[in-house]
Amino acid sequence: MRKACKSNLPALIFLFALLMLWQLGAMKVNAAYILPTPVQILQKLWELRIVLFTEHLPATMLVTLVGLIISLVLGLGLAILMDASPFCRKAIYPVVVASQTIPTTAIAPLFVLWFGYSIWSKVLVTVLITFFPITITVYDGLQSAKVEMTELLLTYGATKRDIFFKIKVPCTLPYFFSAIKMAIPLSVIGAAIGEWLGAQSGLGYLSRRMMTQLDGAGVFAPIVLMSAVAMLAVALVALLEKKMIRWRGEL
Amino acid sequence: MSILNFDNVSYRYPGDDVDIIDRLSFSVEPGSFHCIIGTSGCGKSTIFRLINGLLQPKAGTVCVNGRHITGQKHYCGYMPQKDMLFPWRTIGENLALPLEIQRKYNKAEQRELIDAALADVGLAGCIDKRPDELSGGMRQRAAFARTMLTGSDLLLLDEPFSALDFLTRISMQEWLLKLWQRHKKTILFITHDVEEALFLSSGVLVVEQTPIRTLREIPVPMDYPRTHKDLAHPEIIELREQLVNMLRKQVTE
Repeated sequence: MRKACKSNLPALIFLFALLMLWQLGAMKVNAAYILPTPVQILQKLWELRIVLFTEHLPATMLVTLVGLIISLVLGLGLAILMDASPFCRKAIYPVVVASQTIPTTAIAPLFVLWFGYSIWSKVLVTVLITFFPITITVYDGLQSAKVEMTELLLTYGATKRDIFFKIKVPCTLPYFFSAIKMAIPLSVIGAAIGEWLGAQSGLGYLSRRMMTQLDGAGVFAPIVLMSAVAMLAVALVALLEKKMIRWRGEL
Repeated sequence: MSILNFDNVSYRYPGDDVDIIDRLSFSVEPGSFHCIIGTSGCGKSTIFRLINGLLQPKAGTVCVNGRHITGQKHYCGYMPQKDMLFPWRTIGENLALPLEIQRKYNKAEQRELIDAALADVGLAGCIDKRPDELSGGMRQRAAFARTMLTGSDLLLLDEPFSALDFLTRISMQEWLLKLWQRHKKTILFITHDVEEALFLSSGVLVVEQTPIRTLREIPVPMDYPRTHKDLAHPEIIELREQLVNMLRKQVTE
């Protein structure tokens, strides 16, 4: 624990310096409605704590979680399919890449028209920006399985199923964790974009409502909370990864 | 009856113009220890891949125990050059691989076989270690134990000691001979090291040219058990010179 603090020290010092700079700059500009100081944002967080934690945070977390789960199922499925069949790879890969050229934010208002103010318009935005890194990273992981290992098991009489579970899955696990760590912040952002465009609750929605009220600190407060939650989630996954994978880089 | 029999086997790699193995016939007696020796890239490993079924011959038949290999399973234990211990499995779990795939034994039986195999190669107590905690020689012994656990009477060892340092290599060679004499398996051993081939095998199979049409068998006039001092015998030194010259001719040709 102490070691972790020590290794994070430079980052913390730098962050503190940036925040100081922001504080001083914002105090000088003195226009809290567009540029609040960090202290004002913290004050706002405290003021809004009840609605933030009981109403908006749960709403955003629900969208994030549902979006993440759908993205995982979709991403893993596509990756396994592409790995198993060269034909599927040729068919799917370009389409997956092309899907990322869609400016999701620009067409997201349509999703609201399709699904109304239900959770699904937001989930769709989340899935659209999250499934891609999962698909590509997990596919790379599946491809990283060593040919020699596969051949060795084949000489033992292994079936396709043996190869998948005894080589492909363990080889992919580190990649899978990288994918999740990327996907968590992306899905939070996706949820926020979705809520920004049309919702009745959620951190993105709250932030937008504060914007219309020209409450600068109120715009920032939900966003700060959102990144804190995302960072916490990534840290938890990293911890789990450390527990599960002790052989990274030995292949 | 011979344990392994090649009958007019040909193989050509996709994209090549000529067969790398051209109507090759040879056979191996049960319980023997043969080294296949040849220059690198001559196709020795291709012979192994035809035996273990990773490659299918273009023509001819490969028989093990008198039966065609297609349709047979678990008839040979193959040990590749690198130890190929899976880093995410402990040594014990690595040894379990062939047993898990054969699905013949329950967990308790597997554990018993693994304990015995590890004790056999002098790695008792390493069952829960991870591969990166073992030295090169120990890893090769673990990989060999895993090969033994395939339960096959025919073992194919593809340059298993080539990555080890000299001193470890000679002690591993002595160790391997001891195990071979204890278990009476048939071993085919690929190497490009003439001394290693002479020390280990009862007969050296020389790849004289590529494409491989014949394997020239040269018996090694030494009794088992052997020690490395036996290599200093004048007859062996002469044989060694003869083999080196045969191989060098190919390199310069």
